[in-house]
Amino acid sequence: MDFAFMWDCFLTLMGGVPLTLNLAFTAVAFGAIFAMLLALMRMSRVKVLDWPAQAYVFVFRGTPLLVQIFLIYYGLGQFRPTLQEWGLWTFFREPYWCAVLALTLNTAAYASEIIRGGLQSVPHNQVEAARACGMSGLLLFRRIVFPIAVRQALPAYGSELILMVKATSLASIITMMEVTGLAAKLISQTFRAVEVFIVAGLIYLILNFIITRIIMAIEWWLSPHLRRPPAIEPRLEAAHV
Amino acid sequence: MQQLSYFELVGFGPNGWGWALLTAAGMTIAVALCGFLAGSVVGTLVAWGKIGGNLVTRSLADGYTTVLRGIPDLLVIYLFYFGGSAALGAIGSLFGAEGFIGVPAFVTGALAIGIVSGAYQAEVFRGAYQVVNRGEIEAARSVGMHRWLMFRRIIAPQVLRYAIPGLGNTWQLVLKESALISVTGLVELLRQSHIAAGSTRRPFDFYITAAVLYLLITWVSTYLFQRAETHSLRGMRRAS
Repeated sequence: MDFAFMWDCFLTLMGGVPLTLNLAFTAVAFGAIFAMLLALMRMSRVKVLDWPAQAYVFVFRGTPLLVQIFLIYYGLGQFRPTLQEWGLWTFFREPYWCAVLALTLNTAAYASEIIRGGLQSVPHNQVEAARACGMSGLLLFRRIVFPIAVRQALPAYGSELILMVKATSLASIITMMEVTGLAAKLISQTFRAVEVFIVAGLIYLILNFIITRIIMAIEWWLSPHLRRPPAIEPRLEAAHV
Repeated sequence: MQQLSYFELVGFGPNGWGWALLTAAGMTIAVALCGFLAGSVVGTLVAWGKIGGNLVTRSLADGYTTVLRGIPDLLVIYLFYFGGSAALGAIGSLFGAEGFIGVPAFVTGALAIGIVSGAYQAEVFRGAYQVVNRGEIEAARSVGMHRWLMFRRIIAPQVLRYAIPGLGNTWQLVLKESALISVTGLVELLRQSHIAAGSTRRPFDFYITAAVLYLLITWVSTYLFQRAETHSLRGMRRAS
């Protein structure tokens, strides 16, 4: 083990962390909005809305992410004149936007099922109680359904976030220089696969460790009702002095 | 050169890539299957380390599953691809061979998939083992079964039964992961589509075909796993 080399390696690879996080968080943020829409479509009980959402989830969960990335980055190049005409070519020309788009579409499919599970886990009597109090529509959703659903869905959403951080490594195949891209470049320059692998793996583990801790903190913060109430200290007042 | 229609392009005619794509799909299934089986062996050993081992094996097994599930699969593939050749080269030079010795891409891919999916399968097996009724294990002991016989007759069949849904999920993961093997140059479905797209300049047509073939494979395997699940549960009493 050459620790001096590994330290250099660590410093080089840390340069890719901002891009890795940027890709993951942008995709998850846009993906969450899209996923919410898909989940509502699935739960609408309207066939025309339910069916396309179901097909979307089936297609995006059933094909490899790399195929989706290639389809967007290389595949859409086939329609370059049309895209140029529509003024979309500047978007699809950039590997960054193609990666973000593919990751967003992919995570939306997985996240919509998580959100749907969360929304469906809201106990019926809570909704009925809210209705009885005169809440409906958006107020009911904002005050009752959404908070309960978020608590239910958060652990699964946390693992989806980790999966996304891991999935950003595929962006390196379309020339994005995030952590895995830099690692691949370092390996092909130095032929020291094991050392580079250990350092890159360590960086991903640290990132994922921090993310899981943050998710756990949010979970703790969102569920005060599950925590034991602070013990009331018996006051040490002299009762009979 | 006149534009070929889509069906001429991916069909089985003289200019069609149909056979090439189908062969490549077969290669995808083959590498995924080998990786999955390798993963089952690794997963069983790791699950054993987690359940039956002492503190050392348990922490090793825990470390293994945490690390392998926390880093991108692509990194593992790069490790095996570059590291494997370097290791072979080092061994080769001991015996006087000079220069670069490449590991076959199929072996690299199957091993990398096996190592990664082993971590997932270990968790599946561990979960399934915990569902097995303790009383049955005690009963097996009390009739004097040895460890191996008990494993073969009592534990393995029941663990497999409970593990089928989890194994189905892992298989889907493995199948999608096999697309990453294309970076090592193994001509599986995605690589073949890439080649075809490059030589015909019709990338969209080929990648969409690849996507459809992947979808077909996942769809058929979902069906097979469902069949296997109902088959394995045929003797069980259901609550519904």
